[in-house]
Amino acid sequence: MRILIRSCSVIVSMFFRFAGHGVDERTLITVLGKSHPEKRKSFRKATPHFFKEDERSFERWDDHRIKLLKQEFMRFKNAVVLWAMHPWERDARLMKESLTEGPDSYNVLIEVACTRSSEELLGARRAYHSLFDHSIEEEVASHVHDPERKLLVALVSAYRYEGSNLKEDIAKSEAKILLNAIKSSEKKTQDEEVIRILATRSKPHLKAVYKDYQEISGSTLDEDLKCDLRLQETVQCLCTPERYFSQVLDLALRTDSDKSTKKALTRVIVTRADVDVKEIDEEFNKLYGVPLSKKIEDTANGNYKDFLLTLIAKGD
Amino acid sequence: MASLVVPHHFSATEDAETLRKACQGWGTHEKPIIKVLGHRNAAQRKQIRQAYEDLYQEDLVKRLESELSGDFEKAVYRWILDPADRDAVLANVALKKSSPDYHVIIEISCVHSPEELLEVRKAYRLRYKRSLEEDVAAHTTGDIRKLLVGLVSAYRYEGEEINAGLANSEAVVLHKAIKDKALNHEEVIRILSTRSKAQLRATFNHYRDDQGTSITKNLLAERPDDFSVALRTTIRCLNDPKKYFEKVLRNAIKKVGTDEDALTRVIVTRAEKDLKEIKEEYYKRNSVSLDIAVAKDTSGHHEAFLLTLLGKEE
Repeated sequence: MRILIRSCSVIVSMFFRFAGHGVDERTLITVLGKSHPEKRKSFRKATPHFFKEDERSFERWDDHRIKLLKQEFMRFKNAVVLWAMHPWERDARLMKESLTEGPDSYNVLIEVACTRSSEELLGARRAYHSLFDHSIEEEVASHVHDPERKLLVALVSAYRYEGSNLKEDIAKSEAKILLNAIKSSEKKTQDEEVIRILATRSKPHLKAVYKDYQEISGSTLDEDLKCDLRLQETVQCLCTPERYFSQVLDLALRTDSDKSTKKALTRVIVTRADVDVKEIDEEFNKLYGVPLSKKIEDTANGNYKDFLLTLIAKGD
Repeated sequence: MASLVVPHHFSATEDAETLRKACQGWGTHEKPIIKVLGHRNAAQRKQIRQAYEDLYQEDLVKRLESELSGDFEKAVYRWILDPADRDAVLANVALKKSSPDYHVIIEISCVHSPEELLEVRKAYRLRYKRSLEEDVAAHTTGDIRKLLVGLVSAYRYEGEEINAGLANSEAVVLHKAIKDKALNHEEVIRILSTRSKAQLRATFNHYRDDQGTSITKNLLAERPDDFSVALRTTIRCLNDPKKYFEKVLRNAIKKVGTDEDALTRVIVTRAEKDLKEIKEEYYKRNSVSLDIAVAKDTSGHHEAFLLTLLGKEE
């Protein structure tokens, strides 16, 4: 009986970890797979949120739980498929999904448009033509409404200069322009100059603007853009990407986050593994006091967890 | 079709030597320059520049710049560059003017294929260490800026598929936008700068079917401001570039004193593309051949060079 109860609680705790990220396949196989019918019945009785007592005397799976379970089983498959994909197709599909899901997912559009190199973004635009028979700017322009449309169309259309050549005096004057725009009460996402600067200038130039802004204003550009989420995300992605990704990952790793926030874990690790996952790991540690890899070790489960950790360690 | 006439036999080294000889000694001999360069396509010109560099350790372009002058020099300089580089230079010159030449920017972004426009953007970044859209945005304001930055940043889908329902609904949007006194620029700019060319042509056709007149005629009637002029240029470039260029040439020649710049620009940029058809269009419209009109209105080496590009036999 004791063994029964103990392995019951193992299964229960393992199931509870499903609330998180991925599925502990090993434990499912060794514990649940080996269990006798009576053990499984006790398990069903002991987990009222998974199984409800039906009027006809059997414990019935809760439908919603099955759906959630399915999502958790799919995390590993989604990560593998995304990882094997050509980066161009990957980004094109991410952008399409973001458009389909609506305004709550537009941060992904901004993320792709602002954290990729000019050539990578171009490649994504090409892949978009092949996959969806339209240009990305066409679809963004027709699906997104103001006030965000102008900014998003401009960001996905950019082909930024990538060299280090920049003019200090222009960076200073553009920092002032941004400060004035932020001080004024006008809606900032509509501000022509803000969009022009953020959507056309090169990243080194913008990083200089970011620095100059901090000197003349006292606070950072993204802090001052708190009330304008899209602009804030844009600035963070362009000027402080490692911090941005760390924050996204932190939210994704919380157990109470919603479905699309959690998806970010797969997205960020897969898309940054070849780029700057090491730097993100360091920034994550700086911000939250624990290395990213440890946080994933503690929060994620099974093959999904192992896969993510492998991608992170790859850079070593 | 191209109007450029290119010989069967070609030797980059021979040409480089001919050009060198033409630049040496007192003064410059323009005739051999015209004879060689005026009969070489982009790939050949590139090889000649390379051969010249190998033989004489000097940049042929710089040499010609210093030896030649006036409209002839401008024409040869533009001609000898790679097409994408040339357009980058034309765009930059257009923007730097105290009153920017919007139509040049519109021409470059709307007449080219998406891949060609991309090459121009790459060449621009290489030459000027800034992106084209960055400079367009910094030199323009308001609605013109929105339109031009949109056009220059576009990477249109290239397929021939069209959605008839969409063409219909967007034709209505355009019609409303033109009719309303508060012209909804946003929607017009969105449609013109993002849709594929095939889709846009379908939209313009729907417009004409519904309204009885073409969209450009209606734009002209409603409001003659800068932005509407830019819209008209955009639509004409997207819809029928050859007709558009014919008109540019016609206006350039008609003008008292002739707009040399525009004349040179069209002939140099289209000689390897569709200048032959533009010539036919010109003849249809004006009952006089383009060659004769150009000869009447230009002179000297500049005239000789332009006529060579137009396909004149020796």
